[in-house]
Amino acid sequence: MNFDFSDDQKQLRDQARKFLTEKCSPKAVRVVLDGKAPYDKQLWKGLAEMGFLGVAIPEEFGGAGAGHLELCVIAEEMGRANAPVPFSSTVYLAAEALLIAGSDAQKKKWLPAIASGEAIGTLALFEGKGNPAPKNVKLTAANGVLNGVKKPVADGAIADFAVVAARTGSSGRESDISLFLVDLKAGGVEIKGLTNLDPTRGQAEITFKDYKAESLGAAGEGWSILTQVLDRAAVLCAFEQVGGADRALEMGRDYALDRIAFGRQIGSFQAIKHMLADMYVSATLARSNSYYGAWALSTNAAELPEAAAAARISATQAFQHCAKNNIQVHGGMGFTWEFDCHMYYRRANAMALGLGSLNYWEDQLIERMRKKNAA
Amino acid sequence: MNFDDTAQEAAFRETARKWIAANAPKEFEQELSKSSLGRIRLAKHDMVEVGKAWQKKKFEGNWACLHWPSEYGGRGATPIERVIWQQEEGVYGKLTQPFQIGEGMCGPTVMAWGSEDAKRRYLPKLASGEEIWCQLFSEPSAGSDVAGLRTRAEKKGDNWVVNGQKIWTSGAHYSDYGLLIARTDPNVPKHKGLTMFFLDMKSPGVEVRPIKQANGMQEFNEVYFTDVVIPDNQRLGAVGEGWSVSLTTLMNERMSIGARLATGVPEMFEFCSNLMLEDGPAIDDPAVRSKLASWAVKSSGLKYTSYRAISALSKGERPGPENSIGKLVSGMMLQDIATYAMDLQGAAGVLTGSDEETVQGQFQQMLLSSPSMRIAGGTDEILRNIIAERVLGLPGDIRVDKDVPYNKIPTKGR
Repeated sequence: MNFDFSDDQKQLRDQARKFLTEKCSPKAVRVVLDGKAPYDKQLWKGLAEMGFLGVAIPEEFGGAGAGHLELCVIAEEMGRANAPVPFSSTVYLAAEALLIAGSDAQKKKWLPAIASGEAIGTLALFEGKGNPAPKNVKLTAANGVLNGVKKPVADGAIADFAVVAARTGSSGRESDISLFLVDLKAGGVEIKGLTNLDPTRGQAEITFKDYKAESLGAAGEGWSILTQVLDRAAVLCAFEQVGGADRALEMGRDYALDRIAFGRQIGSFQAIKHMLADMYVSATLARSNSYYGAWALSTNAAELPEAAAAARISATQAFQHCAKNNIQVHGGMGFTWEFDCHMYYRRANAMALGLGSLNYWEDQLIERMRKKNAA
Repeated sequence: MNFDDTAQEAAFRETARKWIAANAPKEFEQELSKSSLGRIRLAKHDMVEVGKAWQKKKFEGNWACLHWPSEYGGRGATPIERVIWQQEEGVYGKLTQPFQIGEGMCGPTVMAWGSEDAKRRYLPKLASGEEIWCQLFSEPSAGSDVAGLRTRAEKKGDNWVVNGQKIWTSGAHYSDYGLLIARTDPNVPKHKGLTMFFLDMKSPGVEVRPIKQANGMQEFNEVYFTDVVIPDNQRLGAVGEGWSVSLTTLMNERMSIGARLATGVPEMFEFCSNLMLEDGPAIDDPAVRSKLASWAVKSSGLKYTSYRAISALSKGERPGPENSIGKLVSGMMLQDIATYAMDLQGAAGVLTGSDEETVQGQFQQMLLSSPSMRIAGGTDEILRNIIAERVLGLPGDIRVDKDVPYNKIPTKGR
């Protein structure tokens, strides 16, 4: 059994960590957090130069042609650094949608631009409240003419293009949904930035009025493509969440060793030790579930839907748990803007909603386990 | 990343599989598969006798105590081969329960600290199942703080005379030998006055009494010692060195008890799939799904955590500290699952007989037994301390009795 990343992949992780430690310090994250820039353009450029943006994009489309395992280790480091760049929208959602369903021309146009850092992409799925479901897609596309509002769209205000889910039928089936590809910089759509929980990753509202768009994938195949994209993104986001959880745990541990109260390191009190031990437990469970998701993703295994849901749930819970208790270990200082704890708290809770809520994925997991048991 | 055996591992697995297919007591397969959650019942046979027969067969086929050196009855197998054997042994592994304390704890302690004569005399018979060993550490006043134990051993000529009481001794009533830690000097701080021995459980003055547990069952014993004589050549390690010796044993305990852990998740999934609530099957209820999903990912998280450890073994590396979470997670989960299953059963949940509504009371049984999962082999609190100190590097607890002579430590809170 070799249920671990290879030495090369671990080396890539070390390389990513070193790069992000240098180029993505908490100080750099704060430039975006404080609203002085919409994202870290320098870092984005650096990520492209390192080959990280196109690590899972085939060479013929300008990528490194490595694979999803390589992308997982980079994702973990992105989460650990709380990187203020549109990595998940562009690389997990937009690029994966193109890889699954894009025509050759579409891939040739956008994938090299993603790998080189020239194009930011996103997925425009949600329309207000609710989770991923065909019935929640109300934006219409009649003969490719889009009408409706998408909100929230992650990184929508800085994106160059978006994959848009639209309603092309009214049968009440999944085949009512089709996907479209929209060049957001070509004009004709209205984009408005929205304030959100995690300012290091923006959210936007995009309004389409009689906008003629090109199709992505076959008509009526939209939901099936989206399901695959969301499963892949669930695994990749889980690695970001695992990275974030580990960092939050480390911050709590370090503070517990440094801070003196009642004449002792606060890390010598069992109330604190046990809280940190429980954080370690949830981070470990999340990591192991995510490894299984990585295996399923990289081998395109039949187990992917179940593995992705398990990784998503476990990693969401762990990151929320660790980010929350990291503040608790820090006490009052943890509630200041100055300390970095709240950046992870914000990111953890924003990520918990990005691909559908925890409740949604719990429902998905049980449904998928039941299907497997019945089969 | 893959789940495949290496060529060498596959060959070992094939050899093990063939031997098991030819030799396992298949007549018990069904009954063993059905005994879940650590409770092994054979309707018409004595579990220890059946276990001894299987252990003997394994010993003769060179499949007992795999990781031990061959001169002491083992096979000199690698850690990964031991894991593969356990996977292949499957349900028959449940028959090894009476020997687990000996194989996992007493044997390794004798191996590390015993004389060459003792090793050659005792270890092969332990491996063959001919002699069963138990572990005599915990006392009524010394559980988590086992170094605070009171059982006294006093030197009289070439012998030691032991008086005191041990508790929670699994298998004491069918054991031939016991590994005993006792206080030999009460005038020095508690960790420094302990010495390790092994003794014949049939010695005069040893009395084994079953304990009636909170769940109504009797699986453990109390062992009383009244002027029990132990020859000095049955001492393991130097006088006063018992604490260091005990660490060999306890290190192995947490590894071996963590090996096959029940979580209750498969039982709960099946129960929720079959249970009809007013609005349909329980498994379709969003609240039930949410809880079930949270338990399912803990259970899969434990499974893949152990796969990571196995992968490390396969590469010849030492597994990381991740496996220390197993018992902590599964113990609490069993208790939570039992409580919730009964909640779903409503009024009938109170029944513990063979009622149809409660699926023969399996969750009621789980509820009553689960507190022990959170205590035996290290309480949840001790396990959290271990994770905090050894994995996260946090400071040890402040020990107010560390430098106090044992006989000056207070024995009552009020």
